[in-house]
Amino acid sequence: MAKVGLMIDYEYCTGCQSCELACKNEHGFGHDKWGIKMQEFGPYEMESKKLEWNYLPFPTSYCDLCETRVNDGGIPSCVLHCLANVIEWGPVDELAKRLDAKGSKAVIFLP
Amino acid sequence: MAFHFKESPAPKEEVLADGTVVTRTCAWSPPGCHAVGCGLKLFVKDGKLQKVEGDPDHQLTQGRLCPRCLALKEAVYHPDRILYPMKRAKENRGLNKWERISWDEATELIVTKTEEIRAKYGSESICIYMGTGREAVRYGFTLGAKVLRTPNNCYAQSGWSCMGPRQTAMTMMLGSAYIELDYGGGYLDVWDSPDFVAPDYVFCLGKEPLKSNPDGLWGHALIEIMKRGSKLIMVDPRMNWLATRADQVLQLIPGTDAALVLAILNVLINEDLVDHDFIDKWCYGFDELKERVQEYTPEFAAKTCGITAEEIVTCARKLGYDGKHHWSLLMGVAVDQNPNGCQVTQGLIAMAAITGNLDVPGGTVVGVQMQFEMTGCTDSMTEELKNKCIGWDTYPIVKVLLNTTHPDITLEALETGRPYELKMAWFDSTNLLSPTCSAQPKRWHDALMKMEFVVAKEMFMTPTVMALADVVLPLATWAEHDGIVMTNQGCQMGIAGAINKALQVGECKSDLEMLVHFGNAFLDDYPFKTVQEYLIDDVGKLGTTWEELSEKVVAINDIGGYRKHERGLIRADGQVGFQTATGRVELWATGYNRMGDEPLPYYFPPKLGAEARPDLAKEYPLTCTTGARYYASFHSEHRQIPSLRRLTPAPYIEIHPKVAAELGINTGDEVTIENPWGSCHEIAKVTPIVREDVVSVAHGWWYPEEDGEEPNLFGVWKSNINSLVPHRVLGKMGFGAPYKQLPVKIYKTPVEEQILRGKGEYHG
Repeated sequence: MAKVGLMIDYEYCTGCQSCELACKNEHGFGHDKWGIKMQEFGPYEMESKKLEWNYLPFPTSYCDLCETRVNDGGIPSCVLHCLANVIEWGPVDELAKRLDAKGSKAVIFLP
Repeated sequence: MAFHFKESPAPKEEVLADGTVVTRTCAWSPPGCHAVGCGLKLFVKDGKLQKVEGDPDHQLTQGRLCPRCLALKEAVYHPDRILYPMKRAKENRGLNKWERISWDEATELIVTKTEEIRAKYGSESICIYMGTGREAVRYGFTLGAKVLRTPNNCYAQSGWSCMGPRQTAMTMMLGSAYIELDYGGGYLDVWDSPDFVAPDYVFCLGKEPLKSNPDGLWGHALIEIMKRGSKLIMVDPRMNWLATRADQVLQLIPGTDAALVLAILNVLINEDLVDHDFIDKWCYGFDELKERVQEYTPEFAAKTCGITAEEIVTCARKLGYDGKHHWSLLMGVAVDQNPNGCQVTQGLIAMAAITGNLDVPGGTVVGVQMQFEMTGCTDSMTEELKNKCIGWDTYPIVKVLLNTTHPDITLEALETGRPYELKMAWFDSTNLLSPTCSAQPKRWHDALMKMEFVVAKEMFMTPTVMALADVVLPLATWAEHDGIVMTNQGCQMGIAGAINKALQVGECKSDLEMLVHFGNAFLDDYPFKTVQEYLIDDVGKLGTTWEELSEKVVAINDIGGYRKHERGLIRADGQVGFQTATGRVELWATGYNRMGDEPLPYYFPPKLGAEARPDLAKEYPLTCTTGARYYASFHSEHRQIPSLRRLTPAPYIEIHPKVAAELGINTGDEVTIENPWGSCHEIAKVTPIVREDVVSVAHGWWYPEEDGEEPNLFGVWKSNINSLVPHRVLGKMGFGAPYKQLPVKIYKTPVEEQILRGKGEYHG
C-alpha cells in the first residue's frame, strides 16, 4: 500500500496559520513545538510591480498524520481546519494524480 | 426569507463514552468577530471546555476555522478574565481598586444610579456606546432605547466611518440594507451547487476579506470562487497577498477612489459597455450621470490616483456589459474611511447597476432588510425625547439611516455640555480608547471622565474600562450562552445559526442575558423573563423556531434568490422595483439631495492631502493608511491570548524599501509616526507591498501585559494611531473620516525615546 502524505496547494494557501493551531490542539504541543508550521516566501519584487509571495505549511518530525484521529475514523486536524481548504491527505499515488491535475504551485509532503 | 436545513445533520449534542459532551454551535462574540457564525464542536467534560473543533456539518464553513476560534480555550480560561461583577469608587477611576460584588448588588447599584440621573438630568443624559460587529450590537439598540430609555446610542468612530457611507448609498440608491459578493451563499451546497454561477470578475475595492470576515462575509468564500474561475481585480494602496493572486491590481493613492470609480464609469458609458435594457427598466438618472462623468476622464483619474490611464481603461473594459459575463462587487471599510466615501459608494453601485450586475447570478447580491431591532427600537419613545438624539439637527442622515447619535457631535457635546450635559455612559462592548474606533481618543478619555456614572460590559479589563468605568459586568463568551447569528444580520444570503450554550464560566452573562436581566430590573412589564422566551419570540419571527434552529444548529437563508426587484421582494409594499422614492436604482439619488449633498457622485481631493493642504505635505510627506487586518486579532481584541499574540506579537508599520533606506530604517526598528494631531510608535516592517508614498500602520494595539493603571493604561497611548486622526474632517453629510489618508512623517525612534523595547518577541 502506498504511503500516506499531505498535498498542499500553495497557490491558495492564505497563510492563516490555522493548521499550526489545529495541530497543537490535537497533539497538546506547547508554544514552541509544532507538527506543522507555515513558512513564508517573499514578498519579493522580482520584476517591477509584480510580487512573488507564497505561504507553505511545512510538516515537522512531529507530524504523525493524526494517527489517532484517523484510526478513530477522522481526518487529520490540519486538513479539517484549513481555511482555504488547500491541504489534502491520502495515499501518495492518488495525491500525485491530483498534483498533476492541479498543474502548478502544489507540493506533496511525506512527513 | 426561507431557511433550508441540511438533511439529517449531526445532533446538537452527543455524549462520548468518557462522558464528554460534544455540542455543535456557531460562533460570534466575544471574543469578537463579525456575525459570521462559523461552525464549531465544543468538547466539554465535567463542565470544563476540553477542546474545540470545526464542525464539518456546517454548510458554509465545513469544519474550517481561523486561529481566533482555534484559540478559544485560552480566552475562556484566561487568568485575566473578568468573572464577577465589580465596582470601584468614582475617585478611584484609573486605579486597580476593584471590589467584587454580587449580581444583585451590581443590579441595584446600576438601576438606582441610572434612575437618579434620569430624574435629575433627563433620560437623554444617558448614552450607550457600541463597538463594531460584535453580538452586543444585536441587542444594544434595544438595551439603550427600551431599557435605559435613552435616544442616545453612539458608535464613536469619527464620521461613522464603518458603514456610514456605504449604508448611505445602499439605502438611498437601492433601499437595500447590504449588498454582497455572490459566492452561492443562498444554496445548501454554496459554491458547489450546480446552480451557482461564479462571477467572471470580482471587483474588490478597499477590502481584504480573508482575515476579518468583514461585515459577516466568510472571507475564504472568495478563495473558493477564485478556485472555480472568478478573476479578481484589486483596488488598494497595498499589494497584499490576495492582490498577488489577482488578475489586475490598481495600486492607487489613498483617498482618490472616487476619481477612479468616476473614470471607470466614464469609460463604461462612453464606450457603450452598458446594459440599456436594465437601465431603461430599472434605473433613474442615467443621462445626468452620463453628463456628470464626462469631466472624469481616465487621464484625469490616472494623474489623481497615481496609476495609468491604460490600467483604468483595461479595468473598465473587463467590467463592461456584453450580455454574457458578470462581475461581483466587494467594497470595504476603506470606502467609509474617506470623507468622499458617500460618493465612492454611489459610483460603485452605479457601476454594478449600469453593467447589469445587480442581483443576477454571478453579480452583486442585493440584500433585503436586517432582522434585528435598530431603527425601530425608538418607535415607542416620545417624538420630543427621540429628537434630542445628539447630532440629528446638524447631520440628519444619522436619524434617517442609523438611529444613533452623530459620533463627532457626541464628543463635542461631552466636551462642551451643549446642547445638554451627558451624565452617564454605558460601554456595550467597545474599547474606544484603544485605536480601533474613535478619532482623538485622548479627547474622548478626558470628556468621558466627566461622567457621573459609567457602566461597562467586558471579558477583560481593557484600557477603556480601567480608565472610565465605575461598574464592570462580566461578559460570557459565545461558548457560554444561547443566541442567534445571521449573515449580515439576516439581510443577505448566507447562514442563520444557533449559538448553543455549552458551559458556564464564573458569573458571566451574555449580551442577551444582560438585556433580559436589566429589562426586568428596570421595567415592570418587560415582555421576556428568560433568554429562552426571548429567542422563541425572536427566531419565531423568522419562519422557523428556536427549538428547530438550536437542534439543527445552522440553516441556509436564501433571502429570496436573485432578481428580487422583479418579484416585489425588495420593497416593503411588495411592489416590483427598489425601495427608493422612484422605485428605481437611483443613479441620481433623491435621498442624497434631500440630505443636503449632491445627487450625483463627484470627486474632491483628500482633505489633508498634498493638493488640498500643501502646507502639511511639506512637513508630512507620507500618506498613512491604517486598519489592515491580521488573522490573530479582531481590532483591539485577542492581544492577551498567548497563541495568537505569538502570531502577531507587535504592531507593525509597513514601509517601502526605498523610503526605509532613505530614512535609515530597518525591519525591527522602532519607528515614530507623527503629524500635527499626535504621534505614536510601531515596529518597522520594510516591505515592497506598500506604495513608496504610503505607510500602513497597524491599529487596535494596547499591551495587556503592561501596567493597567493611569496614566499608562496598558500602554494604550504608545501605538495609538487614532491619536493622529483629526476630529470632524468629514464629507458633506457628516460621514467618512480620513482614517486611511493621514499626512505623516516617520523616523527611526532615537534610543532614549524608545517605548516598545522587547515588543517584537512576546513570551507572555
